[in-house]
Amino acid sequence: MAAVTEAPPLAPTPAPQKKPPRKRGRWMPYLLLLPGLLWLVVFFALPVIYQASTSVQTGSLEEGYQVTWHFATYWEALSEYWPQFLRSVLYAASATVLCLLLGYPLAYLIAFRAGRWRNLIMILVIAPFFTSFLIRTLAWKTILADGGPVVGALDALHVLDVTSWLGWTAGDRVLATPMAVVCGLTYNFLPFMILPLYTSLERIDPRLHEAANDLYAKPSTTFRKVTFPLSMPGVVSGTLLTFIPATGDYVNADLLGSTETRMVGNVIQSQFLRILDYPTAAALSFILMAAILIMVTLYIRKSGTEDLV
Amino acid sequence: MKTTNDTAAHGGDVRLTGITKKYGSFTAVHPLDLTVPQGSFFALLGASGCGKTTTLRMIAGLEEPTAGTVHLGDQDVTALPPYKRPVNTVFQSYALFPHLDIFENVAFGLRRRGIKSVKKQVEEMLELVQLGEQARKKPHQLSGGQQQRVAVARALINHPKVLLLDEPLGALDLKLRRQMQLELKRIQTEVGITFVHVTHDQEEAMTMADTVAVMNAGRVEQLGSPADLYENPRTTFVANFLGTSNFIEAEVDSTSGSEIVLKAGGGKLMLPEARNSAPARTGGKVLLGVRPEKISLTHADDAGDIPEGRNRITGRIADSSFIGVSTQYVIDSPVCPEFEVYVQNIDRDPRLTPGAEVVLHWNPEHTFGLDAAQDIDAGVETVEEEVA
Repeated sequence: MAAVTEAPPLAPTPAPQKKPPRKRGRWMPYLLLLPGLLWLVVFFALPVIYQASTSVQTGSLEEGYQVTWHFATYWEALSEYWPQFLRSVLYAASATVLCLLLGYPLAYLIAFRAGRWRNLIMILVIAPFFTSFLIRTLAWKTILADGGPVVGALDALHVLDVTSWLGWTAGDRVLATPMAVVCGLTYNFLPFMILPLYTSLERIDPRLHEAANDLYAKPSTTFRKVTFPLSMPGVVSGTLLTFIPATGDYVNADLLGSTETRMVGNVIQSQFLRILDYPTAAALSFILMAAILIMVTLYIRKSGTEDLV
Repeated sequence: MKTTNDTAAHGGDVRLTGITKKYGSFTAVHPLDLTVPQGSFFALLGASGCGKTTTLRMIAGLEEPTAGTVHLGDQDVTALPPYKRPVNTVFQSYALFPHLDIFENVAFGLRRRGIKSVKKQVEEMLELVQLGEQARKKPHQLSGGQQQRVAVARALINHPKVLLLDEPLGALDLKLRRQMQLELKRIQTEVGITFVHVTHDQEEAMTMADTVAVMNAGRVEQLGSPADLYENPRTTFVANFLGTSNFIEAEVDSTSGSEIVLKAGGGKLMLPEARNSAPARTGGKVLLGVRPEKISLTHADDAGDIPEGRNRITGRIADSSFIGVSTQYVIDSPVCPEFEVYVQNIDRDPRLTPGAEVVLHWNPEHTFGLDAAQDIDAGVETVEEEVA
């Protein structure tokens, strides 16, 4: 390195003194970026391009598909499947809100009150991951089975009367209703809410609570004015990690729902795998991606997380 | 009428009665009685783990005492939660709210008490701590010294009866700390609020406080004005924790009027009765103490020039270090292996170099006597630990 720096006087072109030619140092960041970049190109960029081209093809399975720039597929897909889109967003949003309501107190407990139980509770939160996603969702079929103890209890407490009136359940059934799908989504994505919430709550200096207390804030005010605002990064990443995959999910709707609760994920799945209408499936995927991107951008703008440390 | 006056005069007194804090079997604060008069600048001084911060937190209400009561003026606040006490704290490392700007940090207490128009008060307070320009910045954009002043402003704006400061200058560098010591003292004089200041820095405590309580192992070792503590320490811990002291273990030879005559290493030393806090029975042991700067150093050749009536011991210079305003000597003496002497730089005797035989002498008035039953090095080790 030193030799290179001393070279300029001998070099034919006088290099500017301020910029010592540190070639290796300059290229190092890009070199480090390369593996990730390659991964992204091979497994994200190329598939997206391929998918984009598929979405504007026409033809049939027998004759093969050709790119004909047939953008009408988008419009057709949207006009036919908008209820499923809407349902996806609605279910995912409900599950996200439920996850937040269930996950926040638990994350708060783990971060501030659990003491020596902290690790044990954390393990309990993560433990379900040791079983397959599919098995866990199937287990909910048993839990919510017709005439089972859960449904029986809900019925006896007249909860089902209310939820049926709201259209969440049907009569004395919970399975194959929107409520079952939302329950499944909530259950499956709860850890993705709890972990980021815990991380951001745990980072809050407990002395800030004392300072707020010292400055005349009751515990509830302390939560409202100090703890919750400081946990916003966790709230935002938790809701995103729940909402985004939940919107595209089809397993819960497939196993716990009915034809009345089909989400956009189910439509895409059947278009790709059963009906084999690739252009429509690709167009639906693109619309979903765009919709999520727009919603997430608006959400992040509104919650103003970039301002938080 | 008298009662009203009393209330007004003692409205800001902090009175701790038998206050105790135990964590399981460990006693952090032993039953403690303490009164901090209104308007005073009071320092709790001690090494880390001595119970000073716990005591402060019990005043703030952040720690619940195991026993005893806390009174603010006539009000018993022992059972009140911190948000109902008219007390505010400047936390160690400040604990500023990172999501609020400086203005909102300072306004926090006012807003919680439902005060609507805070603008004028906050601006005035920011002026007082010279941070008017920084109102819309976030805490992490300020320097350590500025954050410290925000913490003071955030507490003071509420006009608490007592302001508690928990090592408020610990995170600052030496120069800034000096500056903030004067600044805090100025603010205290200006607002006239009682300050209770916790620190492990004896210099800081002495510079700022009117009254210092030296704490050690959960007890108040001694309480008094800085000068009183320095001149008349009653324990070796206080003598060593506040500055440096030399100790000679001596035997009581006789007591004559207001003077005690002590024997040490064949020589006789005088100790004024009034400055002795040890039991002085003839034949009993007493620790004789003297501060390094009270001692004069004379080369052994000139020993005859030393006036009569001064305490004197002989020794050899083991080490000397010149630090400008003074020279610090370590003297090897038969009565004390490492006698420290600070000689002010007025007329330097070139013969006073390591190896020279010298006579140490001082006015007997500057001698203090302590109970010989205690550890001579108490307080010394703790100071070194703190530095490490």
